[in-house]
Amino acid sequence: MTPALELRRLAKSFGGLRVTAEVDLAVAPGERRLIIGPNGAGKTTLFNLIAGELRPDAGSILLFGAPVTRAPSRRRAHLGLARTYQIITLFPRETLLCNVVLALLGLSPLRWNPFLRLDRQEALFAAARAALAKVGLAELADRPLGQTSYGERRRVEIAMALAQRPKLLLLDEPFAGLSLDERKEVQKLLQSIPRDVTLVMIEHDMDVALQLADRITLMHFGEVIVEGTRAEVVAHPKSREVYLGT
Amino acid sequence: MSRRLLCRSALALLAAALPWIATNYYLNVASQVLIYAIFALGLNVLVGYAGLVSLGHAGIFGVAAYTAAWLVAAGSGHLPAALAALAAIVLISALYALLSLRATGIGFLMITLAIGQILWGLAYRWIDVTGGDNGITVPSRPAPFGLSLMSAPSFYYFTVLAFLLAVLSMAVFVRSPFGASLKGTRDQPRRMTALGYNVWLIRFAAFLFSGFWSGVAGLLFGYYEQFVSPGMLTLGSSAEVLLMVIAGGSGTLAGPVVGAALVFIMKNVASAYIVRWNLVLGVIFVTIVIFMPEGLVPGSARLGRWAHAEWQRRRAAPAALRSER
Amino acid sequence: MNQGLLLAVNSIAMGGLLFLLASGFSLVFGLMRIPNLTHGSFFMLGAYLGISVLGKGPDPLSRLSLWFGIGRLPPDLAFCLAALLAAAVMAVIGGAIERLLLRRLAGQELAQVLVTLGLSFIIADLCLMTWQGDPIPLSAPPALRGSLPLGRVVFPVYRLAIVVIAVVVAAALWLMLDRTRLGAMIRAGVDDPVMARVTGIRVSRLFTLVFCLGAGLAGFAGVIGALILSVEPGLDADMLPLALIVVILGGTGSLPGAFVGSFVVAFLANFGQAWRPEFAYFMLFLPMLLILLLRPQGLFGRHAP
Repeated sequence: MTPALELRRLAKSFGGLRVTAEVDLAVAPGERRLIIGPNGAGKTTLFNLIAGELRPDAGSILLFGAPVTRAPSRRRAHLGLARTYQIITLFPRETLLCNVVLALLGLSPLRWNPFLRLDRQEALFAAARAALAKVGLAELADRPLGQTSYGERRRVEIAMALAQRPKLLLLDEPFAGLSLDERKEVQKLLQSIPRDVTLVMIEHDMDVALQLADRITLMHFGEVIVEGTRAEVVAHPKSREVYLGT
Repeated sequence: MSRRLLCRSALALLAAALPWIATNYYLNVASQVLIYAIFALGLNVLVGYAGLVSLGHAGIFGVAAYTAAWLVAAGSGHLPAALAALAAIVLISALYALLSLRATGIGFLMITLAIGQILWGLAYRWIDVTGGDNGITVPSRPAPFGLSLMSAPSFYYFTVLAFLLAVLSMAVFVRSPFGASLKGTRDQPRRMTALGYNVWLIRFAAFLFSGFWSGVAGLLFGYYEQFVSPGMLTLGSSAEVLLMVIAGGSGTLAGPVVGAALVFIMKNVASAYIVRWNLVLGVIFVTIVIFMPEGLVPGSARLGRWAHAEWQRRRAAPAALRSER
Repeated sequence: MNQGLLLAVNSIAMGGLLFLLASGFSLVFGLMRIPNLTHGSFFMLGAYLGISVLGKGPDPLSRLSLWFGIGRLPPDLAFCLAALLAAAVMAVIGGAIERLLLRRLAGQELAQVLVTLGLSFIIADLCLMTWQGDPIPLSAPPALRGSLPLGRVVFPVYRLAIVVIAVVVAAALWLMLDRTRLGAMIRAGVDDPVMARVTGIRVSRLFTLVFCLGAGLAGFAGVIGALILSVEPGLDADMLPLALIVVILGGTGSLPGAFVGSFVVAFLANFGQAWRPEFAYFMLFLPMLLILLLRPQGLFGRHAP
């Protein structure tokens, strides 16, 4: 079966610093993969490479079997890739609804139209409201982003990512900065995502993340150290070495 | 009747009736203000909606005027000259965009500044073609459908028409999906790329739209003065129109219009009483950038809301005290 | 001496002057990440101040200078005094501008650039009001009159002096950057302002200092430049683009870049002007445009603007 995401000997250096070192990765369709590792392990860089924001020095990236190593970011979005960011980067001057509309518009040919009135596009706004409802933010749809809490913004981000109907969703620390209740909310949300979306997640909060993951990849200094099921990774001697330095 | 509709109707009535109320002098002032308003609206597409500050737009303004002027002075009819000018506008805007969109922020600013200076240098030094400091005199104004534009009222109506077209196109643009895409690239270009937008192409198209109206303004200016000179393309000219956009408020449609009126009127008033216009321009520029960067239209709206809220609060306070006793 | 050699001699002198102008601009651009659009005005104001100190202008300050008897000092000393005083005054003005205006907009580079643009208009008009519109000539002090034959080339002494002064200033700046603690802090700030702040360097104070230095150098350059340029309104608009081109070509924050760039631009400007005056501006700005597009960090720079 073609992997949803495949990385072959992916490498990236910044000057003399090797941030990604010959990474091989294969994520099956529908899988929930968790990428963990101490700070500076190169996890976000890996995401940036997969998403197309960074060009690798060597190696290749395949999305459902199609090579995308040379493809620009926007092309990968059209191929079914969506991501969330470690630092929330939404549109602060717009309402929650408008934020989601922008996400929906990105894949629609409508985005080039300079004549129609955007606010008259009923179908688009209805779809946006539905996306917000899915993350439990339907009542706040018309509130400006600046007046929402951090947890609510995280959920908007996930709503936007899901609104793109992605086939592969990259989540960069989706639980970062959330309160305990907010974490439970987001966890429920992620668990409800159907299996036709493959999830790859970077996370530090082990308790919540481990419950979601099918397989885990442990990275350190840009390399894949251990990979396997939760039990396998926990039992592996190298895991302890990476985290405790023994 | 809603307040907005009332306001707009009043303005429309005033605009239509102006030739019966005002002298030719004031009609000409109004024409010039409208021309600069179109120029500022054009620049605002980039500054306010794309988030790209250009210090070279006077180059597009000038190229449009010079193209038409040169052709008419060489004997061409007005229609072909105007069409040639429009073609020149599109070409020069595309050139600006191709070169300057390699960067954003200060890099973008410097590239547009450099191109503007090159064009100014050509206008000033290429005496064989442009006449240098002597400029080019435009012997006549166009006569669309046989109607002469030589009188102040007729030219005024022509300018009003152009202005209305500009404002209408801006309003449609801002509310369109493309307008939303452009605003998105202003706020989060990285996110937009990840969402599937082609940020460079969006900005390129916006530059063409921006250049179009700035160029049309230049064309109108050339017809108005019946004279084009290198002074139209200086850095000072680019700075002035930027001030109009920033002073009025760059994120709105009314802002550049208000800014244009303000700067133009101050320039004419200042030159009657204070000889040093550049000094005033500089002081206004610095003050607005530091203290009211969002511009006068949003700034005064904000001030108005604050004042209104304060007034409400003060009205409520004594009543609250009374009820406590 | 034929046309070509004459142009070459003038270009060398111009190159020296451009270095004095561009070095300050380069340091400010490299450290504060902004093209200081007031730099040309600093140059012009410095030139006017020097002229006034020497009593040559139509303004009240000139009359004051004459009254104080600056004219009684040996003219060579007076000239040096004028140049240093202009530098000092411009440094103070520069410091005030940075501290009172630019620092309010810390982190907003675009806004800072716009402020410097606005200031350039203010200073230009103030100069026009004070010194009027006629060009004010400044003749070289007696020590620098006469000419020096060097082989087939005849070098007017004052033009040679400009180059010597430029080299001396370049050496002094180089020593400062390379050997002093201040220089190390500047270099660190140019390389990586975030890291510099983290290591405890008081970046905001450094900004003020470097801005003062830049303004002072521009003022000094103005007085020296008055020997070969016509000091009149519009001088700021003539010099600023040249400084910009030199620094973009040479690389922001790079002193060797400013040095090499100055001579390249001087030669381009003089020979271009002689060959095809219509395209003179074109030939100056085109290399700048090319570098911005193809190699934004310039010939010697560390980072793109």
